Amino acid sequence: MTDPRHSGTEAGSTAPWPAQESSSVRPWDAAVAQQIIDGFAGQRGALLPMLHALQGCFGCIDDAALPLLARSLNLSRADVHGVVTFYHDFRRTRPGRHILKVCRAEACQAMGADALIAHIKDHLSVDFHETTGDGAFTLEAVYCLGNCALSPALMLDETLVGRVTPARFDALVAGVRS
Amino acid sequence: MTEMITVYVPCDAAALSVGADEVAAAIVAEAARRHQAVTVVRNGSRGMLWLEPLVEVATAQGRVAYGPVAPEQVADLFEAGFLTGGAHPLGHGLTEQIPFFHHQQRLTFARCGLTDPLSVEDYRAHGGFVGLERALTMAPADICTEVAESGLRGRGGAGFPTGIKWRTVLDAKADEKFICCNADEGDSGTFADRMIMEGDPFCLIEGMTVAALAVGATQGYIYVRSEYPHAIATLRRAIDLAYEQNWLGAGLHGSAHRFDLEVRTGAGAYICGEETAMLESIEGKRGMVRAKPPLPALEGLFGKPTVVNNVLSLCSVPVILAKGAAFYRDFGVGRSRGTQPFQLGGNIRHGGLFETAFGITLHDLVYRFGGGTASGRPVRAVQVGGPLGAYLPEHLFHLPKDYEAFAAEEAMVGHGGIVVFDDSVDMAKQARFAMEFCAIESCGKCTPCRIGSTRGVEVIDRIIAGERRDENLALLEDLCMVMTEGSLCAMGGLTPLPVRSALKHFPEDFDRPASAPAQAAE
Ligand SMILES: Cc1cc2nc3c(=O)[nH]c(=O)nc-3n(C[C@H](O)[C@H](O)[C@H](O)COP(=O)(O)O)c2cc1C
Ligand code: SF4
Ligand code: FES
Repeated sequence: MTDPRHSGTEAGSTAPWPAQESSSVRPWDAAVAQQIIDGFAGQRGALLPMLHALQGCFGCIDDAALPLLARSLNLSRADVHGVVTFYHDFRRTRPGRHILKVCRAEACQAMGADALIAHIKDHLSVDFHETTGDGAFTLEAVYCLGNCALSPALMLDETLVGRVTPARFDALVAGVRS
Repeated sequence: MTEMITVYVPCDAAALSVGADEVAAAIVAEAARRHQAVTVVRNGSRGMLWLEPLVEVATAQGRVAYGPVAPEQVADLFEAGFLTGGAHPLGHGLTEQIPFFHHQQRLTFARCGLTDPLSVEDYRAHGGFVGLERALTMAPADICTEVAESGLRGRGGAGFPTGIKWRTVLDAKADEKFICCNADEGDSGTFADRMIMEGDPFCLIEGMTVAALAVGATQGYIYVRSEYPHAIATLRRAIDLAYEQNWLGAGLHGSAHRFDLEVRTGAGAYICGEETAMLESIEGKRGMVRAKPPLPALEGLFGKPTVVNNVLSLCSVPVILAKGAAFYRDFGVGRSRGTQPFQLGGNIRHGGLFETAFGITLHDLVYRFGGGTASGRPVRAVQVGGPLGAYLPEHLFHLPKDYEAFAAEEAMVGHGGIVVFDDSVDMAKQARFAMEFCAIESCGKCTPCRIGSTRGVEVIDRIIAGERRDENLALLEDLCMVMTEGSLCAMGGLTPLPVRSALKHFPEDFDRPASAPAQAAE
């Protein structure tokens, strides 16, 4: 029995970090950051893979990472900044321990996503892009998670959850917090 | 010791999202408790997503289906003798006789759900790599011709003939060429790319390798949206396995050819599904749309000739090569040949993936197979073809799914997504969302898209609030025209489609007393 959730290594890259935010991040460390960047040396179009790896390690793209990236890729700091700010995924500040992305797109709307989102904001006392007072969750909006037949959908870190009801959401949050 | 029985529990992300892992664990535990020899295979999804987690048991008669199974129902299934296909309230008989499945024509998804997605042996045993083996014996131009003759058109939305695109890349002279698979699947209401990447990843690897042979490319990239971590992990595992077994890399399958393949992860930008923005993103830049010409086929990734194809286009290639262009072309209608995996989502009783020949009507998809709404209320509208697609009312459900028939109604087949809404939907709100989405996701290159969409939200807000309605409706119409005419790509160019269709087919929703709630809203 094989379990495809074990991620394989990327052909042609040496990044052992998950592509997405994870809940176990470490404080900024320039030496580690440089090591991550160097891991992609020689790879074409390496900036996005580098940014994903840095964010996977540190939880966000630290200001101090920009000059390191610029130097390694022979780009201006403004170029790197432009890329980081273009993409919704890359964050400039450290998020909560868990990232909760709730789908706002049409199939989920058709199944009551708006009401679910109102419940979630109320239950966590946060708006989108905010982190709960206990630092447990950062709430984000997402536009389709590819789970449109089991709407409404959300993603907790890298776990997809379908047929979300307010009760199911509350249980999920309680499970994570306990 | 009893005979070993094989039980299938999908590892598809949708199945996992409703507890497939917990069900698999419960089956293993219960089998151990009963000293029953059971092998649990984690297959892809069969696409009947309303039945997930869908558990299947291999019997002499075929695979028998149970679902949706909750972990706490597993003991009861054992009690009912499900390991020999015993009757149970969750039972559906033979999987392939379930009407939703039985009436499909599965060419692209033939293996999805049948096999262990990460078993090369399983893939081979179900006809995998036959198309590639044939391609290895053919001249590049003949491969292009075969694909052109199959009538395959791009499944990513624009419907451009795949064989012709490949021919352009083949004829371009360059020291290096690329195959880029567009797996950004940003359209809401669509999940077919995800399902096949998770359920039959070697099919995509095979399709891309055939494309490489056809045009003379040596490097491929699969650009997958970051919202699909599970698909990314599956693809990376599959690529590793393909390298180990010499289906990728130098001297692939004992030939003189080389093809290297890598997964790249997007970063949450819908516009990076547009092919030139995707190329910019793979190059490590902001996902800004490029002006065309030059076509990516001539100056694509890193300025080199590049094939950009959607996942489903590439996954249709193996069967075309294996069974021939004529086999594929015999499905479909008019200039829409072959099959399309339609995705039924939103407020629908039987949501899932339904692959069938072009020409099926929306009515059949929504009612006959989809079973109407999940809420049990009347269907009011369906949005077809993603967030840039039109909202259609019931009186247009007779439309056959066909690129030209849809275009004639100012609608599009797109990536095959169909999102159903019941009568509680407020179409003015949906129109507003279309503009809002465009404002959030615009790459910012052209003013009509970047500014127009924000103005669009404001104008619709005023219409909803009942402020100078006629004036604002006229303004909205002008704005739609400017966006349609003045946008570089379909993001700004097609956002007016859902807006205008909502205005055209559901005008009453834009003409309510300002404080009145949406029709029949609870
Ligand atoms: C705003 C926008 C978003 C798009 N998103 C996707 C997408 O997510 N996946 C995709 O395959 N094509 C997408 N396309 C279409 C691509 O630009 C391109 O036509 C397609 O990838 C070509 O492959 P095909 O010929 O196999 O369909 C999008 C186009 C636009 C304008
Ligand atoms: S239409 Fe919008 S998304 Fe497309 S190029 Fe112009 S600004 Fe960018
Ligand atoms: S629209 Fe919410 S998962 Fe697709």
